[in-house]
Amino acid sequence: MALKIVKGSIDRMFDKNLQDLVRGIRNHKEDEAKYISTCIDEIKQELKQDNIAVKANAVCKLTYLQMLGYDVSWAAFNIVEVMSSSKFTYKRIGYLAASQCFHESTDVIMLTTNQIRKDLSSPNQYDTGVALTGLSCFVTPDLARDLANDIMTLMSHTKPYIRKKAVLIMYKVFLKYPESLRPAFPRLKEKLEDPDPGVQSAAVNVICELARRNPKNYLSLAPLFFKLMTSSTNNWVLIKIIKLFGALTPLEPRLGKKLIEPLTNLIHSTSAMSLLYECVNTVIAVLISLSSGMPNHSASIQLCVQKLRILIEDSDQNCEPSVNACMKYLGLLAMSKILKTHPKSVQSHKDLILQCLDDKDESIRLRALDLLYGMVSKKNLMEIVKKLMLHVDKAEGTTYRDELLTKIIDICSQSNYQYITNFEWYISILVELTRLEGTRHGHLIASQMLDVAIRVKAIRAFAVAQMATLLDNAHLLTGNMQRNGICEVLYAAAWICGEFSEHLENPMQTLEAMLRPKVATLPGHIQAVYVQNAAKLFATVLKSQEGNTDSTAAQETSQLMIDRLPLFVQSANLEVQERASCILQLVKYIQKLQQKDVEIAEEVNALFAGELNPVAPKAQKKVPVPEGLDLDAWINEPPSESESEDEQPKAIFAKEEPKHSRPRHTEVDEKELARRREARKQEQANNPFYIKASPSSQKVYQDTPGVEHIPVVQIDLSVPLKVPGLPMSDQYVKLEEERRQKERAEKKKKEKKKRKEKRSGRGKKHDSGPESEEDITPAHQVDIVTEEMPENALPSDDDDKDPNDPHKALDIDLDKPLADSEKLPVRSHRETPKSPAEDGDTENAALQEPKKKSTKEKREKKKDKDRDRKKSKEEKKKKKHKHEEKEEDLLGGQADAPVVQSEETSEVVAPPTSTNPEVSDLDFWLSNAPVPSNTQEATTVAEAEAAPPPEAASGTAPDSEPDQPQDADTEEAKSSKHKKKKQKKEKEEKEKKKKKKHHHHHHHSDGGGEESVQNGTVEEEEPLPPMSNYCLLAENSYIKMVYDIQGNLQDGSQVVVSVIFENKGDSFLKSMEFNVLDSLNSKLQRPDGSGPHDGLTVPFQLPPGVSNEARFVFTVQSIIMPQKLKGTLTFIVKNEDSSTHEKLDFKLHFTCTSYLITTPCYSDAFAKLLESGDLKGSSVRLEGVNMPFHHLLARICFHHHFSVVERIDSCASMYSRSIQGHHVCLLVKTSGQTVSIDAKCDEPTLLGNVLDEIKQTFSQC
Amino acid sequence: MIKAILIFNNHGKPRLIRFYQYFAEDMQQQIIRETFHLVSKRDDNVCNFLEGGSLIGGSDYKLIYRHYATLYFVFCVDSSESELGILDLIQVTFSLLQVFVETLDKCFENVCELDLIFHMDKVHYILQEVVMGGMVLETNMNEIVAQVEVQKPHGEGGLSAAPARAVSAVKNMNLPEIPRNINIGDINIKVPSLSPF
Repeated sequence: MALKIVKGSIDRMFDKNLQDLVRGIRNHKEDEAKYISTCIDEIKQELKQDNIAVKANAVCKLTYLQMLGYDVSWAAFNIVEVMSSSKFTYKRIGYLAASQCFHESTDVIMLTTNQIRKDLSSPNQYDTGVALTGLSCFVTPDLARDLANDIMTLMSHTKPYIRKKAVLIMYKVFLKYPESLRPAFPRLKEKLEDPDPGVQSAAVNVICELARRNPKNYLSLAPLFFKLMTSSTNNWVLIKIIKLFGALTPLEPRLGKKLIEPLTNLIHSTSAMSLLYECVNTVIAVLISLSSGMPNHSASIQLCVQKLRILIEDSDQNCEPSVNACMKYLGLLAMSKILKTHPKSVQSHKDLILQCLDDKDESIRLRALDLLYGMVSKKNLMEIVKKLMLHVDKAEGTTYRDELLTKIIDICSQSNYQYITNFEWYISILVELTRLEGTRHGHLIASQMLDVAIRVKAIRAFAVAQMATLLDNAHLLTGNMQRNGICEVLYAAAWICGEFSEHLENPMQTLEAMLRPKVATLPGHIQAVYVQNAAKLFATVLKSQEGNTDSTAAQETSQLMIDRLPLFVQSANLEVQERASCILQLVKYIQKLQQKDVEIAEEVNALFAGELNPVAPKAQKKVPVPEGLDLDAWINEPPSESESEDEQPKAIFAKEEPKHSRPRHTEVDEKELARRREARKQEQANNPFYIKASPSSQKVYQDTPGVEHIPVVQIDLSVPLKVPGLPMSDQYVKLEEERRQKERAEKKKKEKKKRKEKRSGRGKKHDSGPESEEDITPAHQVDIVTEEMPENALPSDDDDKDPNDPHKALDIDLDKPLADSEKLPVRSHRETPKSPAEDGDTENAALQEPKKKSTKEKREKKKDKDRDRKKSKEEKKKKKHKHEEKEEDLLGGQADAPVVQSEETSEVVAPPTSTNPEVSDLDFWLSNAPVPSNTQEATTVAEAEAAPPPEAASGTAPDSEPDQPQDADTEEAKSSKHKKKKQKKEKEEKEKKKKKKHHHHHHHSDGGGEESVQNGTVEEEEPLPPMSNYCLLAENSYIKMVYDIQGNLQDGSQVVVSVIFENKGDSFLKSMEFNVLDSLNSKLQRPDGSGPHDGLTVPFQLPPGVSNEARFVFTVQSIIMPQKLKGTLTFIVKNEDSSTHEKLDFKLHFTCTSYLITTPCYSDAFAKLLESGDLKGSSVRLEGVNMPFHHLLARICFHHHFSVVERIDSCASMYSRSIQGHHVCLLVKTSGQTVSIDAKCDEPTLLGNVLDEIKQTFSQC
Repeated sequence: MIKAILIFNNHGKPRLIRFYQYFAEDMQQQIIRETFHLVSKRDDNVCNFLEGGSLIGGSDYKLIYRHYATLYFVFCVDSSESELGILDLIQVTFSLLQVFVETLDKCFENVCELDLIFHMDKVHYILQEVVMGGMVLETNMNEIVAQVEVQKPHGEGGLSAAPARAVSAVKNMNLPEIPRNINIGDINIKVPSLSPF
């Protein structure tokens, strides 16, 4: 045996480690893939071994291979195994691999919840650290919900190393589980003032990240951040805060004034360029917010722009060129911020920006392009675009050229073509752009062509002519069609020619062009448009030809259609085929009528009559729901659940089809649709007039020889050709210039005659550009058709936000006091269905707006609902006679909940009273702003203050009541609680469902930890009263301590004592020291280097009314006996005028129960264990237990860390394990008020003590 | 937020990739290729910021990179990060990139590309102390180095440790020629005498 181990480890020596793998790959440059595949085979072998070291080594190598692009998700389970190793070095390897390759849809992530929780509460800070780091990369909504509370506790860990990581990861938790934001926020805020700079920086980081997306919710933190900004020396923190202020100032101009001075100080004092730059940026933001709406204030903006110009223009000879380039880039970036609000100040630097377009650095060119967008006016549009067109020709590299192309289109089309005075020019620009090679933006050009042709009626004739030329020269575009999307343009061209065919000069020629065989090489959707529009053209041609005396022309046209269309009838594209065959038959029919000399043109034209109007993109969304229409209401009552239950074959695991009512409804719809489709097909088959393409006819067409079928070799020209007949946009520039001059001259003449005559420019008013800006009139009488909106459209504008933005869910008011219901799910409470955590969840779901949930969650919910439904049948039977009783119980439970919670809530949350007045504090703080020395600014101050600040309206406490009674808040909260209760009664049905859903959810996601409610038997019945394991440790008039002891699974000799300290008085408690007199058996773990009698410093201070939790680790040797440890807490009580040193004695009671750990056990394993005969038995009888059996079980599970193995009626088997591996098995039976517990354990003393403790638990209630 | 941190060499071979948002492996490789393509064609005397890169992020994201001798260090960040905070050009002792590179230098005692190649895991562990989940965790270099040192495994466990060293020496025999002197930016680095045997 021993030999085998030695042999194994020697074998292992020759396993490749990471270095060997890397070396091997480097030595096999020629056949790398082959080498790696043998390596992967080796790794697979290694993963099969039991030795965790071998596995860890294998996983480490996989992480390297993952970097090289190999999918290693198949090893996900092995990664989890390595993660759960007790050795830090291996654990770290596992977590690294997980962070590199786990993601939301990795299914084994579900299995990690308990492992991660264990690591989070590990006494080794590095275990905790590595778990936090890993979790930050792969946290899912489930993990976030389940672990939020654990992480929040870690935010007050003794070690700053853990605190900062815990603080930072909270951001990820918020994103995945937005409900956690409000409960966690007070503590997060507290961390802004953490003594450790790293923790402080992390907290700043998180809050800045949150505030960036929803700045208005964080305005009340401004004073705190201001304090930090003036006191902090950490450049990172400063940068973050200054950036945050940049986002806050637009919301509160008064804030800006306060900022100017410290920012200027920083600018003068700092030597870090990064900090300097961010200061300048925020100063710009401040100036913008101060000067908005005040034209005379733009002088300072001008100054800023001047300075930025120097930054962009000058290059410091002493610096590296790259540094100068960076400065130039950043200067342009800052300028674009000014441009948004003060376009005119930047417009005067057009020369500089245009010059930057010639920079060799693409990043700088792109920045300059961005600026140009905001700088165009009616006057300079043509000039700027001309310059850009030159760049397009010169540009090498398709990315930059594509960028130019989109920018040109953006610039021209911005604000409804506001700056375009000559649409002929624009059309020719678009046509010129089609000659760009290899661009990806064909569809963009196409949509512009369509948009302009549809909306500018006056331009249609011109546009149609251009498009006809394009179609004629289509081969130039399609020549390199395979490589690019430019042929999309033909889509627009064909449609425009067809739709507005009355403007065509030579429709016959265009028709021919559209029916060329070469067209068949175009993408399907374009061919379809070709075919359809050929029909429209045909109609137009017919109309013109029928008027003539010679009818042969018309017949020839029909013949042309009949000859060419079959090519499309054979198309593999369904759309093309369908349209072509329809039209072909139509034309054949027309031909027949023509032969009989019937006038047909009118009727054919009627097919395509009617004008198309553009519809605004948001039109559909803006239609209000008519009053009285409930879109969520059932149209038909859903079929009853029990019915569907019977149809459903029994599935053991939840793999059933979703039976959630809504999807089911649509399913029916789909079926219905399919049925109709089928019916239609049948109908068509029986309909003699329905035309089907017959294979025989196809053959005939294929064999038809024709000139068109001779292959034409297309020459792929890399130089853009000047297409004859296509106008050059350049000539328009000249023409336009002449036109404008003429106009000006005319106008002058007119003005001499009639001075008062006012000329109004078309389009929207542009804030008075230099001199003649307004006077430039468009060349044509251009009619920009506005997009149509429904008649009763809502004017709202808030639909711009992306509903998928995870930050939308985080737009939560943080100043509102926390409701009792808002709590993070606490693990220990989750075992009872009526636990406050559940309450919190349902409350949130019920009260807050529907939140965007990830699809995964939805899916899971669906599953849960399925399960619900399965059980609901059972439930229904009981329901009848239990209904009333149940209702009572529910209410009772709810009434109880807040009482027990209050202690918990206060642990987590700073008192609400302290947060609320801060809003009014903000006003106070802001109104104290020092008046800037600048007189010009002083006027702004006055005016800004005269206008009510935005918060005054929305803020909770107006200025006029500075001394708001603190009770008011709590009273309010109370009354709202009552209200909620009432609402609950009404909503009961709904709530109940939801609660179930949530509970199942936990159960589902939690795997092992929730086994106590295995098979969902316990939770089915009446709700349980809430329970807490925290019991009183000691209490005096200053402080109250409650504690809970939990075993540590990883280390058989450790237990963790969590103590919640609650400040009861109204003075400040600090310098708390926790000390315990060690016994021989149990010792408090103290940091290295401290003596055996030293106390541990509690890592926080307690302001009045605040509570916080600290954890202490004890080592124990023997766990079979309970014991008590004496201890003392010393602390300093600080009042406004005095401070005293106080102490409080306590006794820590280590029960045997606290050494037990809830461990799931399957019934077969349980049976084996009992059969093994190693266990010794004992039993106990409890009399007068007056509670439902499932309550009893839940109590044992909860207070004594057992899990239910199996439950049959009034008999249940339960299991638990001690931290040192003792098995404890219980068989609990009940009859009437007597409960008998038969127990077995491999350590009789331990068992005896556990049973005594169980007895005690039930004697207390 | 930092979306990704990539280190690759002059030939585009990845030396460390760290995505803070999920991408499938092939997508990751495509991003590396694209980023390399974008970055490598740029002169050394143009600015260190790059916009675009269609694969990673949208208009809110920027690539901030630095080229040290044989390696490119690329950060993909959104607008909440300060461009110069990542890459401070004047005061070099303070910028995220500099903190990271100098920490590597301290932890590997004169870092060179080969260190990154053979100790990718350790580079990850160092990075984990600097950036966590896309957010800057620590910028104090001494603190980072201290934490990395503490977490170093103390003497790889028991039986296999000593012979393993011998074995790795044997395996080293056919090591290809290793460049002796690698220059990373302004840090002049001598490769510790890594004799083949």
